[in-house]
Amino acid sequence: MTNPAIAANGLRKAYGEKTVLDGIDLSIPAGTVFALLGPNGAGKTTAVKILSTLIPPGQGSGAISVGGHDLATDAQAVRAAIGVTGQFSAVDGLITGEENMLLMADLHHLSKAEGRRVAADLLERFDLTEAAKKPASTYSGGMKRRLDIAMTLVGGPRIIFLDEPTTGLDPRSRHSMWQMIRGLVADGVTVFLTTQYLEEADELADRIAVLHHGKIAAEGTADELKRIVPGGHVRLRFTDPTAYRAAAAALGDETVRDDEVLALQLPSDGTQRDLRAVLDRLDAAGIEADELTVHTPDLDDVFFALTETEAATDTAAGIPAPSKETVR
Amino acid sequence: MSTLSLAVRDSATMLRRNLLHARRYPSLTLNVLLTPVMMLLLFVYIFGDTMSGGAGRDAYIAYIVPGILLMTIGSTTVGTAVSICTDMSEGIIARFRTMAIHRGSILFGHVVGSLLQTLMSVVFVGAIGVAMGFRSTDATVLEWFAAFGLLALFTLAFTWIALGMGLGSPNAEAAGNSAMPLILLPLISSAFVPLGSMPGWFRPIAEYQPFTPAIETLRGLLLGTEIGHNGWLAVAWCVGLTVLGYFWSRSQFDREPK
Repeated sequence: MTNPAIAANGLRKAYGEKTVLDGIDLSIPAGTVFALLGPNGAGKTTAVKILSTLIPPGQGSGAISVGGHDLATDAQAVRAAIGVTGQFSAVDGLITGEENMLLMADLHHLSKAEGRRVAADLLERFDLTEAAKKPASTYSGGMKRRLDIAMTLVGGPRIIFLDEPTTGLDPRSRHSMWQMIRGLVADGVTVFLTTQYLEEADELADRIAVLHHGKIAAEGTADELKRIVPGGHVRLRFTDPTAYRAAAAALGDETVRDDEVLALQLPSDGTQRDLRAVLDRLDAAGIEADELTVHTPDLDDVFFALTETEAATDTAAGIPAPSKETVR
Repeated sequence: MSTLSLAVRDSATMLRRNLLHARRYPSLTLNVLLTPVMMLLLFVYIFGDTMSGGAGRDAYIAYIVPGILLMTIGSTTVGTAVSICTDMSEGIIARFRTMAIHRGSILFGHVVGSLLQTLMSVVFVGAIGVAMGFRSTDATVLEWFAAFGLLALFTLAFTWIALGMGLGSPNAEAAGNSAMPLILLPLISSAFVPLGSMPGWFRPIAEYQPFTPAIETLRGLLLGTEIGHNGWLAVAWCVGLTVLGYFWSRSQFDREPK
């Protein structure tokens, strides 16, 4: 394997007493999508800020290289290799979308003609041609985000940081953002993505790292992560206590009872076969549930799973090896 | 590309951006112009007869125009403090910081942009003064150049100071407030009344603050009054404030962004 596009050893950052990043290691191969998954305040943005040269790494951090350049000694070369779209819109609202694009072209030292061509191409590609002459402050959230990313692409960066690119977007815009990110990857660009949504990481990323309290609690492919999550289940609700008790008896030991709301929860991978088995058992017992919901693992489950593992093994790292099958 | 040509090119790009802002949104520039113009009208047409001590309105116009011009610089640079502060809170500044551009270009763009705007404001207020009857009675071409040079130097000094104030302020309101002395200082200078008419204990304060030497020098150049030690005092203030403002702004700009 060639040198990774992004490599960090023991990345740390603290603000006063508060430790934000507590030694994270990253090695992201070129041309892949890496997702840093975590809730608000987990340190995702801080990691992006450090890797994109916006803030210096904290004391005790090991070597960090981005695009083959050392972050500490050659920040300017790192900057030339990357493009960054932060969580908060980085467009100049006072000028038009087109002027924003031409500003980027000038700062990348493109010639006038080339700048105009690149700007027009990207505006077209991001469906902003019509709005190009309007001030960016009048754009909708989705349009601003598209302009933001279009500006990031002006210099043709080989490594792109996207800090929560879909937070606050409507479902349609979210999907077009995903399409766009897939397009980048097809061009061989390395994407470093942060997100709060497992679904998003699942859709886009080759590898996912879960950031929890400033540490990487788990890392692997989407499938590997899901394997450590026992959260997939079927939930049955009843209004009739008799039916509820009968169902609890019929469905066996694995069922978790919630007597207060008359709900049963049983582990399930959500497949057709699995659901049919449950329904067959209910039918056989002549019971009809009032409500049936299928619950697939989400970020909450990942976190519960990981923090439980931490508590159980009582180690600081508590990293379940992705290859190890977790008992469900 | 060499560092210097990179710096020049990026600064020129940033300057274009700032001038574009000023052209699209002239209201901030016009607002800060209001103070000196109102002062000029107020002191000449309303208080003029009393303020001149019987010497007449024309004599008083001649007396206060140099001060008003420097006051224009003071109040226009308040706009600079507010606009850099507003700009720094924008996400695009973070974007600039992650790009391979000359780091100082963001500040230089603001400084040169604000310098041009301020000088235009000075010319505008000067034109109002001329329309109201101000005439330079005793100025050679050389003295005109010197007068313009002094105004430019004074603008540069206060622009850098205002930049430091703006960069150090958490929001636009605070930036406006911290830049207030730039508007108030001319009021306690020799802009409106001679130093001799002020209480004795106050006179040294008024005499050695940056505005008075600059006003007296400008008066000397345009009207032929005595300049004395005010010339080098004014230049010393300008150079000192420029250097101070430059390093202050740089250190604040290089601070770790929140």
